[in-house]
Amino acid sequence: MKLYGKYFVMHLKSVMEYKTSFLLTCISQFFVSFNIFLGIYFMFQRFSKVEGFTYPEVLLSFGITLMEFTLAEAFARGFDTFGSIINHGEFDRILARPRGIILQVLGSRIEFTRIGRLLQAIVVFAYGLAVSDVRWTPWKVFSILLMLLGGTVVFSGLFLIYASVCFFTIEGLEFMNIFTDGAREYGKYPVSIYGKRVLQLCTFVVPYALIQYYPLLYLLDRGKPSYSLLPLAACLFIIPCLLLWRAGVRHYTSSGS
Amino acid sequence: MRKYLAFFRLRFSMGLQYRAAALAGMSTQLVWGIMEILMFRAFYRADASAFPMSLEATSAYVWLQQAFLAFHAAMFMENEIFESISNGNIVYELCRPVNIYNMWFSRNLAKRVSSAALRCMPILLIAVFLPAPYGLMPPVSFPVFLLFLFSLLLWILVTVSFCMLIYMASFFTISHAGIRMAAFCAVDFFSGAVIPLPFFPDRIRQIFELLPFAAMQNVPLRIYSGDLSGSAMWQALFLQCFWFLIMAGTGRAINAIAMKKVTVQGG
Amino acid sequence: MITLTHVCKTYKVSKRDAGFSSALKALFHREYERISALDDVSFTISDGEMVGYIGPNGAGKSSTIKILSGILVPDAGTCLVNGLIPWKNRIEHVKNIGVVFGQRTQLWWDVPILDSFELLKEIYQISTPLYRQNLEQLTEMLDLSALLKTPARQLSLGQRMRCELAGSLLHSPKILFLDEPTIGLDAVSKLAVRDFILKLNAEKKTTVILTTHDMQDIEALTSRIILIGKGQILLDGHIHQIKEGFDSTEEGLASFYKSHHI
Repeated sequence: MKLYGKYFVMHLKSVMEYKTSFLLTCISQFFVSFNIFLGIYFMFQRFSKVEGFTYPEVLLSFGITLMEFTLAEAFARGFDTFGSIINHGEFDRILARPRGIILQVLGSRIEFTRIGRLLQAIVVFAYGLAVSDVRWTPWKVFSILLMLLGGTVVFSGLFLIYASVCFFTIEGLEFMNIFTDGAREYGKYPVSIYGKRVLQLCTFVVPYALIQYYPLLYLLDRGKPSYSLLPLAACLFIIPCLLLWRAGVRHYTSSGS
Repeated sequence: MRKYLAFFRLRFSMGLQYRAAALAGMSTQLVWGIMEILMFRAFYRADASAFPMSLEATSAYVWLQQAFLAFHAAMFMENEIFESISNGNIVYELCRPVNIYNMWFSRNLAKRVSSAALRCMPILLIAVFLPAPYGLMPPVSFPVFLLFLFSLLLWILVTVSFCMLIYMASFFTISHAGIRMAAFCAVDFFSGAVIPLPFFPDRIRQIFELLPFAAMQNVPLRIYSGDLSGSAMWQALFLQCFWFLIMAGTGRAINAIAMKKVTVQGG
Repeated sequence: MITLTHVCKTYKVSKRDAGFSSALKALFHREYERISALDDVSFTISDGEMVGYIGPNGAGKSSTIKILSGILVPDAGTCLVNGLIPWKNRIEHVKNIGVVFGQRTQLWWDVPILDSFELLKEIYQISTPLYRQNLEQLTEMLDLSALLKTPARQLSLGQRMRCELAGSLLHSPKILFLDEPTIGLDAVSKLAVRDFILKLNAEKKTTVILTTHDMQDIEALTSRIILIGKGQILLDGHIHQIKEGFDSTEEGLASFYKSHHI
């Protein structure tokens, strides 16, 4: 943990060398996903509800998904850009050092510019909370924290899968965008609006629904209290991802390419 | 003209090489299309009377949008060009007996066309066989289909000439990333990539339709599905031609100024 | 002490012809070609020795270095470095080695060198007194005092290589791997780097394994060379054995390569 703190400070110092560029990138990060918000806004100028969800409720879904994704993208950036870590021989360096591999990969990239997008997600989420009529309890506050935790873990797991596949091939890896960028894009609406099949896929295959739809139902008093704990179940998703990662590392040290 | 054709051919065959990337891109587009249509379906079910297009036309719009993503995506701008402008390598290009504007124009055009050529067929083929109203419906009539093709051509010309303006602008700024990002967002939003223009409130839509961005995907995709027809369609086609000529003209003018700046100041 | 006995390593390389139909075929059935990178390689290097490891590109140099540093697992054979099997006891093993890749940097581009060093202190868990002592010593030996507060991006290649060397030695490794440490350096920097390596080896008794294409490096630094070609050790002996009868080592080496068809 101390080592990660050190990495964190190093990245912060690096970023501060280019303050203007950092600020500009943050601002542009803010605007990139702003379009998604505008899309939602204008759809609800025309429609009042979708699958029983009102405008502020959809904003909650959009906000939380964006926060989860952004946190993972900022802190698991090393896996998200793993191709370049391998290409530049950085991974050899990592293996030649006496610390955990995953810790070093996490430490090698931290993307502070995502603050811009995180800020937007927080603003949208806060606005959604303010205008929707959620009745607050301490447990609900806690359940939001669980969602953030579970979501960051699930998205980090997806980045980890991406990185693991990098060990075997770099061709055609763009298909992983379906699971990462796709989830960010379509997670703007509660998963249920895409129909039963999609909901099932998002519950049992990649557990997006466990970090978004179900806990959201609990937040809106439409779901069982146990739904609030589902993000913890979603964290189990990281296990197969880690297994795949280990297989990847083993492949790398036996083929060296 | 022949040398620009050569650039075009070279780029085109380079683009065709990345098969795995194309396959991955195609599957991404398929999933995107499905999700997009499922989303519109949900809104259609919520309130069919508030839905401004037919669900069939919306589906066709989405599928064509995914199939021709390469015509639209601002990410298809070439980093090489931005880099050569910012690091001054541009002077090497000046050593060749070609017009920079025309050369880059053909390069960009080739990149987009090759990428779309590879990806559109399988997506369209799958979309055609999906059950109505979620698949790609056949064109309303043969003349309409021809007009769609014509409008498609204008779409890519407008997009490339718009991108050329961005390249040209980066001659005069230090950081091209900001302009690029702003342009990217604007194109996405105003051209109907986020949601098709008919979904906007009427007042706003009427303004949006006059902007150069509407001359991009908005026009051909709506002509195909019959959503845009009659005098509104002719007006839209006219605007496409108009914006293409204006932007290409402006781009060439800026290019001339930029070249003077480069040769005088050394980049 | 480093011992390599009968180490073998083959790579599988997928074969694919050009053309669309063969690309389609490759989707279902891939043909592989086996390329032998190391074929029954054995050698021993004692503590405090300095060895030049040379050979043409693709001869198996980097595979050997990767095996010795625990990055690559060989198919057969054994390898012991100070009593440890590198790839089995990775973390324990790499605490004792330092690696410098001439073409890559471990220094952070945008922060002062000293910050990069502080991070290395944390990564290698170097105790503060040892860190201070090593830093002081290395700063003096490599003349770094004026560079430590500068970000790596503002340093010349030669200055950066000196910092790079210091960074790899902060944790007092017993063995140092140098992969083309003088590549691209100007004459003055080359001499400084060579001087330093000699001093390090003499004073700290660090074992140094050096790969390079620069024969002057070898002549200045080592007496023992291990020459590898096509995955096999072709010569393990003295540099004179190559030079004998030729005007320069380069010519001798070229003729040696030719006589072995590499």
